[in-house]
Amino acid sequence: MNTVLLFLILGSLVGYIIREKKSLLKHLDKLTFWSVLALLFLLGFSVGRNPTIIQNIHKLGFQALILSVAAVIGSAIFSFIVYKLFFKDIKADEK
Amino acid sequence: MKSSIIIVIFFVLGIFLGYFIDESVFIFNDNLSTYALHFLLFLIGISIGADLKVFKIIKKLHYKILFVPLAVIVGTLLGVAAVSILFEDITLNECLAIGSGFGYYSLSSIYISKISGEVLGVVALLSNIIREVITLIAAPLLVRYFGKLAPIASGGATSMDTTLPIITRYSGKEFAVISVFSGTVLTIIVPFMVTMFL
Repeated sequence: MNTVLLFLILGSLVGYIIREKKSLLKHLDKLTFWSVLALLFLLGFSVGRNPTIIQNIHKLGFQALILSVAAVIGSAIFSFIVYKLFFKDIKADEK
Repeated sequence: MKSSIIIVIFFVLGIFLGYFIDESVFIFNDNLSTYALHFLLFLIGISIGADLKVFKIIKKLHYKILFVPLAVIVGTLLGVAAVSILFEDITLNECLAIGSGFGYYSLSSIYISKISGEVLGVVALLSNIIREVITLIAAPLLVRYFGKLAPIASGGATSMDTTLPIITRYSGKEFAVISVFSGTVLTIIVPFMVTMFL
């Protein structure tokens, strides 16, 4: 929890300092993408070594599906309330 | 979408290597993924610090825009809490942590697998990938039945990048700014909320 905050704040300070240096920032997306790839590869690697997961992948996938459908429906309902309350008459005047 | 497919391919590649290759050949220990995770957080920080348009959007669109990510948080947590009773082996808090990924599958699944083990990490990964896929596929239906904010809410943290094109298409371009705003706020709070519940 604290390390999360530490690295986010450290990063945003660096980002604020180099915000005008577009040539540096151009590489940021690529670097982020590669570190996501590395992380997911490592997660996959440890999943592959875990027989419990491989044997139960159907069950885990089904649980995941139920959770995501519930999350989507729940947030859609609440966004509908916010939409009716605040955003109903938003037109193309905002860009 | 293309980048999501590449990410899934790398994940599957990792599974195969992990399954077939003897552990002693590759030493991918826990520290390596921790360093990579911290590096990723640092990079996310840089993109936040370098781009302050989020704060300009609040000024321009007034405080009411804050209700969009708030609705996503409340709706998601209530939704996953409701179905948590169906699971014998996943606790309420674990369901809330998975929901708190808000579609940001890479970061959330790695945190969850570090704290609660790889089995739950895989559920989190799949669940948050499915959330992105549902948003991409069901955006027109969501708009029809739940209004123009619904695909933004469904997209969660992804509404700032991967699902933004589809949201803009079905909700209209006047909702693009709201979408980027909501996605950015959710992206920032994912690591805090996930760890809070575990």
